[in-house]
Amino acid sequence: MAPFPLPVFELLGKPGAYVLFFAIGFAFGYILEISGFTESPLLAKQFYFKDFQVLKVMFGAIIVAMTLVFLTSQLGLLDYNLVWVNPTYLWPGILGGFIMGIGFILGGFCPGTSLVSAVVGRIDGIFFALGVMFGIGLFGELEPFFREFWYDSYYGRLTLPEVFHTTPGVITLLVVLMALVAFWLGEKAEAHFGKKDISREPRWRWVAGLVLVVLAGGLALTAPRTPQEKWERVAPQMQPLLEQRAVYVHPGELLDILHNDKLKPILIDVRSERDYNLFHIRGAKHVPLDRIPEIVPWLLDETNQPNVVIFVISNDERDATEAWKMLVAESVPNVYILEGGINHWLQYFHEEDEGRIRPLEGDFPPETLRWSFAYALGDRYHAAFPNAHEYHIPYTPKVKLKLKRGPTGGGCG
Amino acid sequence: MTVHDVPQVQAAPGVREREEAREAVKQEARPYVSGYVGGLLLGLLLFLAFFLTGNGLGASGGLNRIIAWVLDTFAPHYVDTHPYWAVYAGGRTNPWDSWVVFVTLGLMVGGFFSGWRHGRLRWVTNKGPRISTRLRWVMAFLGGTLMGYGARMARGCTSGQALSGGAVQSAGSWAFMMALFAGAYLLAYFVRDLWND
Repeated sequence: MAPFPLPVFELLGKPGAYVLFFAIGFAFGYILEISGFTESPLLAKQFYFKDFQVLKVMFGAIIVAMTLVFLTSQLGLLDYNLVWVNPTYLWPGILGGFIMGIGFILGGFCPGTSLVSAVVGRIDGIFFALGVMFGIGLFGELEPFFREFWYDSYYGRLTLPEVFHTTPGVITLLVVLMALVAFWLGEKAEAHFGKKDISREPRWRWVAGLVLVVLAGGLALTAPRTPQEKWERVAPQMQPLLEQRAVYVHPGELLDILHNDKLKPILIDVRSERDYNLFHIRGAKHVPLDRIPEIVPWLLDETNQPNVVIFVISNDERDATEAWKMLVAESVPNVYILEGGINHWLQYFHEEDEGRIRPLEGDFPPETLRWSFAYALGDRYHAAFPNAHEYHIPYTPKVKLKLKRGPTGGGCG
Repeated sequence: MTVHDVPQVQAAPGVREREEAREAVKQEARPYVSGYVGGLLLGLLLFLAFFLTGNGLGASGGLNRIIAWVLDTFAPHYVDTHPYWAVYAGGRTNPWDSWVVFVTLGLMVGGFFSGWRHGRLRWVTNKGPRISTRLRWVMAFLGGTLMGYGARMARGCTSGQALSGGAVQSAGSWAFMMALFAGAYLLAYFVRDLWND
């Protein structure tokens, strides 16, 4: 498994981790100060095409960090799925951004820069920072009145490669090229509107730009790793769990979990659509095996809550085990397999009634539904959600909930 | 970097001391680095933050929690029963118990340290030449209010959303960034007197 990001809270304990975050913040403040982000007129010049310091620092930082993040992910050093990706709430984000843009041009700072500006004595920075606190307080007070809007248009962990149906490498290359063009145009504008002496900019910026294009180009040309390759990376740690059957959950345990109010089970049914329509456990989502990779971002998002547990279900165990491998290779936590699949489940919970369902005799290839149905029952059948009080099935408990290794509340949380 | 205001050096009673202090400021204050240097350093830091901790950078989130703490100190019952504040400081929840608070504190200390080391600490109001200091203060407060309000609505400020989310290719962060710059550029022409000669 990729060694990074580090489980900082486990490694350093809370005090140590907070020292690390303080150090990161210290460097952040230092860089903002030496970049001149304490001087509001310099920041405002961006919007009159006179000085593109803001663009250079922000866009420069984005392309450097983006290239390194996806490069180290591709090399297997960093696990991107454990990196905090701001969830998308589209319209609150757009409206909030627009309001902030207006605040930026009126006030001349953004929240982070105003704090740095205030501590070095810029009085306008102090007023701005006070305003930020007032605005935050105001939002907190008014939030109950537009709660619905604030939680509207939620897309979870949505990334640009998903939106544009491409790879992170291609997006990285496009963003790098876009940034370089913006820098070049910015310098032209600086010379024209700002009467700035461009020759004083560092020469190495051309080399740095070229290096980024080459790295991002390399990323764009490399195929992302297939689920099989991803599994092979984690197999040494995860294969023993399968062999010890530590992740195969007995139907009796699943039944108890379905009725446990403290847990939030997510059931993923990977069988054919026909079998799913004939019968499935209530609440199970139908996701064929080849579409498992598509639900990874959703599951990463759901498992940010500590009480979510995921079960993959097939007719027997073979296909569910394949799905399990794909999910654990993507660092989705708390994934389990229904032991013996739906065939095993129905052995416990079917009822001999009116011949709607009966077991099939004989030999069948693996992953065959070995029950015959008079018509498609879906989940409108007793066994789809059995009453936990009617059954007392002994089992060995397998589910041990783990907290996700990565950050669970990043962003500006 | 042009600073239009005369530096108002603190605690300088005599004219001569004032002059001397002003000279000292002129000699000591070093110019800011090129945006490309800042961008490269900030990019490396942002990457390092993601690489080591899985989290990016943030600022407004820390302020939000500090405000929750202030409210909780003076009106704990109010915080416990208010749906927004309760998340951060309700009951026994400690609003300081979050990575982003420490990033925000570090940000202030680091900024101060750099300002001190480069001789750029001074009490001064930066503004466009055509407006009064008082108007600048009012506009700074108003702009800050909008920024703080917008940052909570967008669930992150320029650091937490645009910079951090942008670098890890969050779709919402890019939409946010476009909206922010659209808002600023659209209004820039109409408020040009605030900043220009």
